[in-house]
Amino acid sequence: MDGFDLNSSEKADASELQRMIEQQKAQFQAQVHNFTDVCLDKCMEGSPSSKIDSRTEACLVSCVDRFIDTTLSITNRFTQMVQKGAH
Amino acid sequence: MDGFGSDFSSGAGSGKMDTGTIMEQVKVQIAVANAQELLQRMTDKCFKKCIGKPGGTLDNSEQKCIAMCMDRYMDAWNTVSRAYNSRLQRERARI
Repeated sequence: MDGFDLNSSEKADASELQRMIEQQKAQFQAQVHNFTDVCLDKCMEGSPSSKIDSRTEACLVSCVDRFIDTTLSITNRFTQMVQKGAH
Repeated sequence: MDGFGSDFSSGAGSGKMDTGTIMEQVKVQIAVANAQELLQRMTDKCFKKCIGKPGGTLDNSEQKCIAMCMDRYMDAWNTVSRAYNSRLQRERARI
């Protein structure tokens, strides 16, 4: 007996939704890996210390935001460039 | 039963696997891939930060540096994860 009482097309929708959720989670993780890599280079001076101090912590947070801002700036400007070029 | 299950049934042997089991397997695979990515990047970073001119073995200071580096890397990962999540929520609130 079904635990769900969904008909077959509702089941397909629910599975698709689950699949999309997992994919978004995976994309989030991938981005975190990328940001951590890039931002540690910018924020961690020299060799690692015994604790992440508050300045480094703030730097990491800013780094994520500025990276996203940079991405948005580039996307916007590039779009404009392409639109101008098309005429 | 619809044909949705049949995409995954190759190699399953007996009939169709239910999508709940498949979802669990997918989650495990994603978790494994995530751990591998973490280890790969952490190794690269800590090698760069901790090993100067490579010698005959890893000496004590290098070992200690690697251990600290791993801890800091994972602290940073968590910080970045929270920051990214906050930013995403802020962006969503705007829409």
